[in-house]
Amino acid sequence: MSIGHTLLGLLESGPRHGYDLKRTFDEKFGHDRPLHYGQVYSTMSRLLKNGLVEVDGIEAGGGPERKRYAITDAGVTDVERWLATPEAPEPYLQSTLYTKVVLALLTHRNAADILDTQRAEHLRMMRILTDRKRRGDLADQLICDHALFHLEADLRWLELTAARLDRLAEVVAR
Amino acid sequence: MTPAGSLLIADDLHKAYGPTVALDGAEFSIHPGEVVAVMGPSGSGKSTLLHCLAGIVPPDSGSIVYNGREMATMSDAERSALRRSEFGFVFQFGQLVPELTCVENVALPLRLNGTSRKEAERTALTWMERLEVDDLRGKRPGEVSGGQGQRVAVARALVTSPRVLFADEPTGALDSLNGERVMDLLTDAARSTNAAVVLVTHEARVAAYSDREIVVRDGKSRDMERVV
Repeated sequence: MSIGHTLLGLLESGPRHGYDLKRTFDEKFGHDRPLHYGQVYSTMSRLLKNGLVEVDGIEAGGGPERKRYAITDAGVTDVERWLATPEAPEPYLQSTLYTKVVLALLTHRNAADILDTQRAEHLRMMRILTDRKRRGDLADQLICDHALFHLEADLRWLELTAARLDRLAEVVAR
Repeated sequence: MTPAGSLLIADDLHKAYGPTVALDGAEFSIHPGEVVAVMGPSGSGKSTLLHCLAGIVPPDSGSIVYNGREMATMSDAERSALRRSEFGFVFQFGQLVPELTCVENVALPLRLNGTSRKEAERTALTWMERLEVDDLRGKRPGEVSGGQGQRVAVARALVTSPRVLFADEPTGALDSLNGERVMDLLTDAARSTNAAVVLVTHEARVAAYSDREIVVRDGKSRDMERVV
């Protein structure tokens, strides 16, 4: 995820302090991985340097000074361009699982066992996500669904590969 | 999980239809309140396993013990009574009687067991409320959507408070959202009554509602809990 673009996008609704940006980011997108303050301030420095945000005001308090950031027109254009650009699909052509299966066949180990172990591990993760989804709000449901559909795709590959193991063993042995 | 304390245990099941071997030494066990997914490719024997476990089809050999009793020693009448009162069933399609209203459909298993119409429909309505389909009480199956009809079918399967619910591809004919809703409600309802659920599915997202899974391939079963 592009943290810079996400923080920029959050600024579109109005100027915010760094800590406020972090809090909103964590609430909406952070989930298991909240931002560090250091990440927020280094990102904001970069955006400032590139002219995508500007300092809207500085509050002097007892602690360190607190800058309030506002998005610039160039920043809005940048967010718009980012949103309009499709993400590159990840085809996983160099799958570790595939390597493990072929290596198992080459070394006369039980490849079906490797597939079954992986299958069980995938389903274990899918149970955790399903449970989280059932307890969570709509945002949780969408995030978990995204992960669940990917895991399901892996599982379908595992099933298909299990069904083709004999043929794969012949090809690998050549 | 070990078979100790299991409600339903199957051991070394064999079943063939002519030259086609459907089960070849399959094993199974389930505890009260547990949801176990039976997975596997098409034609692997998972539906045959469910039919044997439910006493619908007798295995050629092997043992099935329900609640401490060997099913093979039961008479046909005893097995029928078991299916009517202790087991519930949900299938993929065509389970509701089209001529009856939804509440009459849900009440049907109780009526067959001799419960009065008023009492049966009262109990049926409480289950329809749990499955969020009580507003469909007066409609006939042809007048409700696939997802609603499946929830009515789940209510009917649970209306006798069965100890084991057999669900064969219960979401197979539904889209993702409706399928999820059915699974949410089905597993919540079953857990609240401590019913065991045997869930046959080829969909991983449906199996993810289970506590554990067994995989059937070429008529042989594998308990995945023992794999990891």
